[in-house]
Amino acid sequence: MSEPKGRPAKGDGQVGGAPEGSGTALLEVRGLTVHHGQLRALDHVSLRVLPGEVYAIIGANGAGKSTLLRTIAGLHKPTEGSILLDGQDVTGVRPERRATRGIAMVPEGRRLFESLTVEENLQVGSTYARKGPWTIERVYELFGWMAERRTQRTAQLSGGEQQSVAIGRALVANPRVLLLDELSLGLAPVVVRRIYGMLPQILATGLTVLLVEQDVSQALRVASHLQCLLEGHTTLEGRPSDVTPEQVEAAYFGLSGLAPRDEPAGAAESPQPAPDGSDA
Amino acid sequence: MAWVNAIIQGVLTGGLYALFACGLSLMFGVMKVVNLAHGDLAVVAGYIAVGVIAVTHIPVLWSFVIVVPIMAAAGYVLQRTLIQGALDRSVLTTLMVTFGLSVVIENALLQFYTANSRGLGTGNAFITSSFSLGSQIQIAYLLVLIFAVAVVVLLGLQYFLSRSRYGRLIRAVADDKEAAQLAGVDYRHVFGVAAAIAFGTVALGGIAYGMYSQLAPTTGTDTILLFAFAAVVIGGLGSLWGTLLGGVVLGVAQQIGAQINISDETLAGFIVFLAVLVIRPQGLTGRRAQS
Repeated sequence: MSEPKGRPAKGDGQVGGAPEGSGTALLEVRGLTVHHGQLRALDHVSLRVLPGEVYAIIGANGAGKSTLLRTIAGLHKPTEGSILLDGQDVTGVRPERRATRGIAMVPEGRRLFESLTVEENLQVGSTYARKGPWTIERVYELFGWMAERRTQRTAQLSGGEQQSVAIGRALVANPRVLLLDELSLGLAPVVVRRIYGMLPQILATGLTVLLVEQDVSQALRVASHLQCLLEGHTTLEGRPSDVTPEQVEAAYFGLSGLAPRDEPAGAAESPQPAPDGSDA
Repeated sequence: MAWVNAIIQGVLTGGLYALFACGLSLMFGVMKVVNLAHGDLAVVAGYIAVGVIAVTHIPVLWSFVIVVPIMAAAGYVLQRTLIQGALDRSVLTTLMVTFGLSVVIENALLQFYTANSRGLGTGNAFITSSFSLGSQIQIAYLLVLIFAVAVVVLLGLQYFLSRSRYGRLIRAVADDKEAAQLAGVDYRHVFGVAAAIAFGTVALGGIAYGMYSQLAPTTGTDTILLFAFAAVVIGGLGSLWGTLLGGVVLGVAQQIGAQINISDETLAGFIVFLAVLVIRPQGLTGRRAQS
């Protein structure tokens, strides 16, 4: 019903980013509306993540970023809209089945199994893994320190190390889409940069990443596509190279006049006819 | 000598209490369900054993081979239906639901089996025989066997939980079921398996109690559930060895109480239980002192 309201706006927005309609999206979200009780956390949000992309969702606290990722992972039920993985509707699929179909998430706050060792955490992650390049050994190669501390409980690790284990636990499932929820939360900037520095090696194995980040500059540094949420609405969308810092700021804080909501989201991106999406 | 006897008898009875308690502890540890029907399930297992023995003429000591799988299957099904349904609403709802289940089971047993108590394998030579230590101590073979079974069950459970792939999943789900889902684990199935194990162990407890003493429809709540709770609290939640220790402490306290005055047996056990709650609320082996 109200779906057409949300979608055309999205279609327009897509022009700014990836070549519209070209290739199938690996992950597609159509007109997603999610309620937490009375509160409407997401309001007709749509997105298309193409294979190999690093798609970043930015936004302030309470913008609905985490709700969006958690709904994609299956932890919240949407009131409206649909989620498609490689063209197949997974909206009604239980979270554990989505995981085995190739959606893995590193949840906010890491959420490691505290009474398990580092290695056991990874083993749980690989129990129902798909076939693919990632093994526990490979994760140990990616994070050099991890192998020799494999028998430690995760509670004994630093925040950054715990985040690495959480990423490893998601990787060994060999997902097609990796959802990263607020990797930077509670970590020192140096540690955040080091963890994001691992991203190219992860992407090299053919993964697609959809991440949520409050730290806008960090998101801009790694993203190939950007979408900004404000109070459950999309306020800006496009390639990082195509949006100006002023636009991002306006979309992030909802400054009126600069980037109004909803359908003008596309309009906000219109000053993009310059270098038509050749560089990222 | 009488005191030594009391302690030995108490330790051995502790094995029985540990059998009652470990399933209760497991279900609380994994799905945060306090199963108020736990004792009644032990009684049901005992009555099933009576029926199974009457029909198949299987030796009473081997009745567990049939009864434990039946109870384990019932545990899986009950968990996946009734208890999961309650859990989906709230943890507190599970208290109401298992309490209701307890009432239903007790009344159904009264309806079908009357209030008369019955024993398992009465007249069986092994069950009634004992050996002597010195001149004043008589030890029933049955109690030694029950204690040994309890130790084997706890060892097996410990090994299963810490070493096996499925045990690892159970621990992961107990830690964080949502994070487990994100790793592709269907926690509802894992809950079902944990409930099957819990029901299987309490079935062993019920059969053992039927041989050791007498079962009546109300035994589940007025004896077994209370002793299981006491053993879990004394030993400390979440630790299997704590459960055995708790059972042993409870058993010894009861026997020493009985030594002082035969009518103080139950009272002494609960005094220790209350003392532990006051002095060391996390239990003798409890580690978690947070919050």
